[in-house]
Amino acid sequence: MKSQEPVISLRGATASLGSRPVLRGLDLTVERGEVVALLGPNGSGKSTTVRAVIGQIPVTSGTLELFGKPLARFRDWRRVGYVPQRSTAASGVPATVREVVSSGRLARARLRPLNRADKEAVNAAMRLVGMESRAGDSVNALSGGQHQRVLIARALAGEPDVLIMDEPLAGVDLASQQVLADALAEQTRNGTSVLLVLHELGPLAPLIDRAVVLHEGRVERVDHPERLHDLACHPHDTNEADPASKIETGLLS
Amino acid sequence: MTEMLGYEFMQRALLAALVVGIAAPAVGIYLVQRRQALMGDGIGHVALTGVALGFLLSTSPVWMAVLVASLGAMGMELIRWYGKTRGDLALALLFYGGMAGGVMIINLAPNGSNANLVTYLFGSITTVSQPDLINIVCLSAAVLLVCVGLRRQLFAICQDEEFARVTGLPVRLLNLLLAVTAAVTVTVSMRVVGLLLVSALMVIPVATAQQATRGFATTLGLSVLFGVLVTLSGTTLSYHADVPPGASIVLIAIGLFVVVTVLATPLARRRAKRAAADGGTGTLEEEYTPVRA
Ligand SMILES: Nc1ncnc2c1ncn2[C@@H]1O[C@H](COP(=O)(O)OP(=O)(O)O)[C@@H](O)[C@H]1O
Ligand SMILES: [Mg+2]
Repeated sequence: MKSQEPVISLRGATASLGSRPVLRGLDLTVERGEVVALLGPNGSGKSTTVRAVIGQIPVTSGTLELFGKPLARFRDWRRVGYVPQRSTAASGVPATVREVVSSGRLARARLRPLNRADKEAVNAAMRLVGMESRAGDSVNALSGGQHQRVLIARALAGEPDVLIMDEPLAGVDLASQQVLADALAEQTRNGTSVLLVLHELGPLAPLIDRAVVLHEGRVERVDHPERLHDLACHPHDTNEADPASKIETGLLS
Repeated sequence: MTEMLGYEFMQRALLAALVVGIAAPAVGIYLVQRRQALMGDGIGHVALTGVALGFLLSTSPVWMAVLVASLGAMGMELIRWYGKTRGDLALALLFYGGMAGGVMIINLAPNGSNANLVTYLFGSITTVSQPDLINIVCLSAAVLLVCVGLRRQLFAICQDEEFARVTGLPVRLLNLLLAVTAAVTVTVSMRVVGLLLVSALMVIPVATAQQATRGFATTLGLSVLFGVLVTLSGTTLSYHADVPPGASIVLIAIGLFVVVTVLATPLARRRAKRAAADGGTGTLEEEYTPVRA
């Protein structure tokens, strides 16, 4: 494989919300095929980092490159799949699972109607997160974990090269956590890169190549796989997260 | 019924009612989804300046209203982008400025008076002329083309705007298009229900439909059906009972809303029970299980 530019490269980035500086010289790189977790206490700037990376919060100094291109010249948004932090507010007009997931396909379809291949990709994305049987249900009728799975399917429907997820496990039951971990494992096997915000690694621990811990808008430390094992397994010793999740998965299906 | 259809003015009135009944909820659903249910009302205020300008400059009040309302709607969209904190006050200035501007300008017009505005404020469907009707039909067709043809894109920007931007959709352009489409709908509907009640026709059929549906497309279809139902029955009622059509249309729409609400409540309860049975969980709150790994 030829050496390629990183998927995400943030160098000395600063950003403010209102007048308040939130990112204060942040470096973050996600290489091709890498799974990077962003950790850190509440308010340390994880969401701000993610929203800066997707171009929704301006980086006031430093540089941001996506797939080797400065943000201002980056046009290939179909390569980016974004999973926002889930809001609990139900939307006004009802929408089915299929309709929400289909909107992720617009990354490829843009302004044209969806064709058969698009619809197949939408089905595949719902299948991957185990929501195909709920395709016709209103998203307002779903549990938190199911809703999160729908948001991930929406990002996957565009068949992105990088997935950027803000707290995909927050408020998600163990059963759904395991489904998500499996779906993510499937994606990364196919070479998808991932940047995700987590509170705890949970069932995702085995997938993660690097954990970047933020503190007050800066990188406090970077944990590598060998250390990650300890991180994932405290306070017990070996991989105890799995049995519990498996039981829950059994209940779900 | 057949007697009513014998009058040409009633034929035109019913046709206008039909197309407005289709177009208004078709746009309204996006505004409701974005929690801007009152945007139609604001556009209506601004359109009044356009109507008055039409009188002052002796051009068509309808086309002038389309122009001014579109500019006003785009202004509201810009305020939404840039005026994050004081946005509501900026909107208030625009709305009341539009209304006051209309009243001021109409009185500057040669032999113009507030009486000229009344037909636009409250609608006067029975005075729709042949050329009026052609305008109404063509503009409604354009509205419908946008609202149905781009429904997935408009759904995406109204449901989760930040996500839509990250998909690379031209979100600003689509937002402006939606704003202009809403403005056109308001001006088209003003002859039927009047500027003061336009927003009701855009919002109430949607609010009614969404109580009985699970998806966006079905809500769109059902709101259009309800829209047509209330505009046609309201116009018919106004003919037979000699009451103002705008008011009867809106009151019938509210009546339908109440009826559907009452009928849909047991339905929703049954659905929630079923979802709880096969999903295992009801609310988001009880779902929250922090993981201690
Ligand atoms: N809209 C805002 N205006 C001003 N400050 C904000 C805003 N949103 C968040 N903040 C502040 O920015 C900091 C970082 O927020 P965030 O990136 O959401 O943190 P995290 O996701 O790590 O919890 C926090 O201290 C928060 O209080
Ligand atoms: Mg956050």
